[in-house]
Amino acid sequence: MNGSPIPTNPGPEPRKRILHPDRVFLLSFSILGGSYLLLLLSTLVADLAYTSPGHLWRALQSPEIRYAIRLSLLSCTLTALLSLWVAVPIGYLMARIRFPGKGLADVLLDIPIVLPPLVIGLSLLILFQTPPGRAVERWIPVTYAIPSVILAQFMVACAFAVRTLRATFEQISPRHEQVALTLGCTRSQAFWMVVLPEARRGVLTAGTLAWARALGEFGPILIFSGATRMKTEVLSTTVFLELSVGNLEAAVAVSLLMVAAAAVVLLLIRTQGLESTLGRPL
Amino acid sequence: MIALEQVTVGIGGFELRDVSFTIPDGGYGVLMGRTGSGKTTLLEAICGLRPIRSGIVRLQGRDVTRESPAKRGVGFVPQEGALFGHLTVREHLEFALVVRHWSPAAIRTRVEELSAWLGLNPLLHRKPAGLSGGETQRVALGRALSFQPQVLCLDEPLSALDDESRAEICSVLETIHQRTRVTVLHITHNRTEAERLAGTLLRIHDGTLQLQVPPASR
Repeated sequence: MNGSPIPTNPGPEPRKRILHPDRVFLLSFSILGGSYLLLLLSTLVADLAYTSPGHLWRALQSPEIRYAIRLSLLSCTLTALLSLWVAVPIGYLMARIRFPGKGLADVLLDIPIVLPPLVIGLSLLILFQTPPGRAVERWIPVTYAIPSVILAQFMVACAFAVRTLRATFEQISPRHEQVALTLGCTRSQAFWMVVLPEARRGVLTAGTLAWARALGEFGPILIFSGATRMKTEVLSTTVFLELSVGNLEAAVAVSLLMVAAAAVVLLLIRTQGLESTLGRPL
Repeated sequence: MIALEQVTVGIGGFELRDVSFTIPDGGYGVLMGRTGSGKTTLLEAICGLRPIRSGIVRLQGRDVTRESPAKRGVGFVPQEGALFGHLTVREHLEFALVVRHWSPAAIRTRVEELSAWLGLNPLLHRKPAGLSGGETQRVALGRALSFQPQVLCLDEPLSALDDESRAEICSVLETIHQRTRVTVLHITHNRTEAERLAGTLLRIHDGTLQLQVPPASR
């Protein structure tokens, strides 16, 4: 023994204080991150300050804006459903199956996300000027009509749904499907009875994201559908049209309606406990 | 009976070559080997989940080499159970029977029988989240046995369990095997477990089956 003192009970450990360099680090990150949050909040407050309940009420009474709200709800819902219809099989195949050209398909699926929206609208416009496009137009008028709004929204929204669903299917262990096969399922039964029910939250997230993306879409709609009042006008084009005639109050009121719709969608996602899917890098 | 004749199976560059063995009808085979030695790959080949490069797989004397997993009639218990998160324990026990179009009365009888055997009665309404490791494996075992398979493949079913649960599931496996006389192939790392259960002991090393010994204890 070297005579070291017997350790005595130190009592409850004092609360650890963040060391000075840590404080500096956390503070600098908080300032950098907080500045963005402040900017977001400022724009919302500025919008709210600029408008009044009277402006909102007048906007809601306008037949053009009411038409835009109805068309937005219809087109966004159809876009979300169409996106899921396509994104579920694509997401599953991309997550589970190796096939020739998968790398190329992966790149193609990301193009709508990185491409400038105006280019997507222009490309659609050109597509419907080609002989196959004109053949379709002979049966169903697409360009500058309501179907063009849905198609323009779908082009972008579907890419986000595909990304979300691919990540969802990748997260579900293939073992579950394999067990289902040994229990007597065909591949199709294993998908419908095991994989899809386990992916339900991802499917709901993908649908919600597609709906929200469709609501915010503007560039492709302007090019491919035009901005004709009471015909191809959705909420995003209403903001543009009201601005172009100098009616800033109505533009801001409609913008706030869109902010409210986006907030409801985000709230829905959070309350459904889907943030884990959204928060993951896609 | 499980019989493999000169089976070669692989993933990418790894290959298990010319594996041949027989576990007699109603026998209990235990397969041992290091991590990455290909035990699970072999089990997947028997279940039909991985195509083999050459050779013949026979189950109960029938050549099933080209048959789908659904038609092989093999009960499979993977490592960690792989329970379906959206189903209750009762629905797990019913799953294969619904797929196989059993009558509701037959399903009810079978579920009652299995839950009594495996002590699952108090858990029938629960979903997998929150089940203990031992409970999870009992449900996975019940699900695999539900359709009365003649062959049962177990992929390290006890590896993630504490000692107490391990002993409990070992006893369950012994009882089930004695009661059903199902032919079993069970992968494990644990020598004690192997010696307790094995009627036929197999060992994989360096991509080949090196030993096939009946343990002295049985």
